[in-house]
Amino acid sequence: MNTQNVAAASSTKAGQPFRPSKKGRFKLIWKRYRRNKLAMLGMVVLLALLAAVFSAPLYLDYQEAITQHIVDAFAKPGSDGHIFGTDQLGRDLLARIIYGGRITLGAGLATVALSFVGGVALGGIAGYFGGKVDNIVMRLCDMLMAIPGTMLAMALVAALGAGLDKLLISLAIVQIPSSARTVRAAIMNLRNSEFIEAARCYGTGSGRIIAKHLLPNILGPLIVTTFMHLGSIILCIAAMGFLGIGVQAPTPEWGSIISENQSNIRYYPYLGLIPGLFIMISVLSLNFIGDGLRDALDPKMKN
Amino acid sequence: MEKILEIKNLKVQYNTDEAVVYALNDFSLDLNKGQILGVVGETGAGKTTMALSIMNLLPERVAEITGGSIRYRGEKVFEMSKKQLRELRGAEVSMIFQDPMTSLNPVMTVGDQIDEVLKLHNPDMSKQRRDEKVAEILTLVGIPPERSIQFPHQFSGGMKQRVVIAMALVAEPNLLLADEPTTALDVTIQAQILTLMKNLQEKFGTSMILITHDLGIVAEFCEDVAVVYGGEVIERGTVEQVFARTANHPYTDSLFKCIPDLTGSVSRLTPIPGFVLDSRTAPPGCPFADRCGSCTERCRAEKPLVHYVEDGHYIKCHLYENEVSK
Amino acid sequence: MLKYTLKRVLLLIPTIIGITLFIYLIMSLVPGDPVEMLSPLEATFEEKEALRAELGLDKPILVQYANYMWNVLHGDFGVSWFTKQPVINEISNRMPYTLTLGVLSTLIASLISIPLGTLTAVKHNSLPDYAITFLCLLLAAMPGFWLGLLLQIYLSLQAGWFPAYGVGTMQHYVLPVIAVCAASVATNIRSTRTWVLDVIRSDYVRTARAKGASEIIVIMKHALRNALLPIVTGFGSSFAMVLGSSVVIETVFAIPGTSTYLTSAVKTRDMPIIMGCILVISIFVGIVNLLVDLTYSVIDPRVKYE
Repeated sequence: MNTQNVAAASSTKAGQPFRPSKKGRFKLIWKRYRRNKLAMLGMVVLLALLAAVFSAPLYLDYQEAITQHIVDAFAKPGSDGHIFGTDQLGRDLLARIIYGGRITLGAGLATVALSFVGGVALGGIAGYFGGKVDNIVMRLCDMLMAIPGTMLAMALVAALGAGLDKLLISLAIVQIPSSARTVRAAIMNLRNSEFIEAARCYGTGSGRIIAKHLLPNILGPLIVTTFMHLGSIILCIAAMGFLGIGVQAPTPEWGSIISENQSNIRYYPYLGLIPGLFIMISVLSLNFIGDGLRDALDPKMKN
Repeated sequence: MEKILEIKNLKVQYNTDEAVVYALNDFSLDLNKGQILGVVGETGAGKTTMALSIMNLLPERVAEITGGSIRYRGEKVFEMSKKQLRELRGAEVSMIFQDPMTSLNPVMTVGDQIDEVLKLHNPDMSKQRRDEKVAEILTLVGIPPERSIQFPHQFSGGMKQRVVIAMALVAEPNLLLADEPTTALDVTIQAQILTLMKNLQEKFGTSMILITHDLGIVAEFCEDVAVVYGGEVIERGTVEQVFARTANHPYTDSLFKCIPDLTGSVSRLTPIPGFVLDSRTAPPGCPFADRCGSCTERCRAEKPLVHYVEDGHYIKCHLYENEVSK
Repeated sequence: MLKYTLKRVLLLIPTIIGITLFIYLIMSLVPGDPVEMLSPLEATFEEKEALRAELGLDKPILVQYANYMWNVLHGDFGVSWFTKQPVINEISNRMPYTLTLGVLSTLIASLISIPLGTLTAVKHNSLPDYAITFLCLLLAAMPGFWLGLLLQIYLSLQAGWFPAYGVGTMQHYVLPVIAVCAASVATNIRSTRTWVLDVIRSDYVRTARAKGASEIIVIMKHALRNALLPIVTGFGSSFAMVLGSSVVIETVFAIPGTSTYLTSAVKTRDMPIIMGCILVISIFVGIVNLLVDLTYSVIDPRVKYE
């Protein structure tokens, strides 16, 4: 018995025939995902963060985040109901972080959604038509991927103009080539694979092949790369905020909160540490989720 | 006869994330010097695990030896130091792996890969002498020596397997383990390779274990045969004894029935009912019980012992318990 | 080999034309007339038109682009819209800092990540593996500029070990290089680990063990050499990634490099500067990728030059 057989034999449960039904598939993925403690932790933390940040208007007035109270400046964390303290303008850091998270995380999700759609469209076109179309689309992607992403995004923001929406579009354009590549690679792989051939032989129609065979198989790698991208997009948004590109003061954003406080961090370290930790925790959670999903969707990839 | 290899009650299991796989259960086998033994069994019966165990090359952390021992010329393999193991591998025991396509290093020339064996085991040998030896062995396996500066991707499958064989034989080992050496090759090349191996075996006087699932190959090339099922040897004898079909384990019997008989009038093959034993369970009785036509209650509850039906031919089956045990 | 190299160099040209054309088109098609932005409020229509002609903006867009590229080929990247300084002078003064930071970071990141990545693969699922992998996850999740700020405050402003701002000595580069490296060390360790693990489990490594080779030979001679192929490919993208993260780090440490130049130009939408920076940087990324490809063809015998 060689090791491959062990792996193959162990993927179905003993004594219980493997049913490849849709429900069974998701159950199996969920079962594998749940076993990964870090991935579960990441999911819980991320959901908690998202819930806290997006329900903010229900419990916290936006004015808290932007109104200046110079008299309260540099309140230490924990004092006077300011859990994370206040900045040089006396604004509550917690409020700024919560509303900043709406921008950072929200923009990250929106960017990923845009690049997901763009990637599926572009990669789908390239993979489906093949030949010349594929060649052109892929050369275009190669081209865009030849410039460091941050720089390309900056140039695009400069071209499109300031504003959060422009930043989103620029970052999405930067991400689209790699999503498109993932989709195209998956399609190319599947187009010639034997089980698609087999499905054709059984007389399965094109629509059914796309819906039942192609999509589920492309979705897996795409979802994994999407989660992995989300982390780097959030880092990128924060970096842009730090550079003062995209979001305009006094709108809080995690990166811009750090840059506003840059000159005071030496004496009031919490002003820099806390927002940075929030960025780090979000990205870490996303990476955990991505890893967990990858292992759950494709157990062969697991070490 | 000197016993070159003795495997006693070897138990190996694979601990994977999802389950424990019992690969070898009470596996016992011995081999005399100069003998060619065929080991037959279905995929997953534990043949490769056995070969890897002999060289102590089981995948680390996953595989666990839970009992038994292997002695190579009296020395316990599992108790050898790292240095002793290095001296054992390649020089004393060498192995031909199943897939020639993947068992050669793609970024080294084939000459360097063969030469490496010599370099490792004969540090005193001069470069010139080593080059001569490499050229010699390449000629023996039927590859022009000038091709030694080429890379594996420049060779066809059959040629690669010749390279693998050259690599396994260049240090003139005393025991050769061939793990399905021809499975990945075309039928026409299979015979060539096997004949080549047999000739080399005779030339060097090497003992050999030929792992296969093809009874035809065993009949043609081996002297002895061991039939493996569910991680244990269930029948062992000379090729004549086993192929005489006077007394066989029910599993061996069904294996024979799977071979098309060209002279007979029967037009249908008889497949073995049921599935290969699920190695994640360790049945208390005979591993073949579920698929056996003559299975009794006792077979499911109690492990059959070794029963000798003639000199040097034993069968692990309750059916033969009245035979004189030696 | 020479033919292959030439072919690869020629392939760089369409890529660079593509990138610049893409950005040029986007910059020209978007709303907001640079002439309006640049003219004083009281400027007359004639003055505006004169400025437009001076900037070459009165011609069709493709003609503008062709003129621009023609000038670039003659070493003229145009002048900044605001300072009226030639862009090429500024870029050539600043590029050395960015390149030093980029090359140092890429090299140091590789020097750290290849041995550590191999170690985690060889000792996989052991304590050192878990520790390094966890550290990598933390580093990968850390915003580079934040790490840079922390390093600056604690190791330089408070401890006084390294200079906090600017350039001059090699010591000035220590903290920026660490901040730039962190993320790529993290990704490179993880990818090295994956590749080495992949190779370690391959049949030919088992063959090497079966020959009686010691673990050191198995890893160094058989496993690492094969794993190096994908790892080397990773360096190309690693260099691009490093240049990307240097954008923020140059700002944090006030390094007068190309990235700070680009950043300020982006805020004022000073197009000639943005075009120039992107063009030069994509040329350098292209050259690094070319070198990587050539290295690849040297270590992998399966690559054919034709």
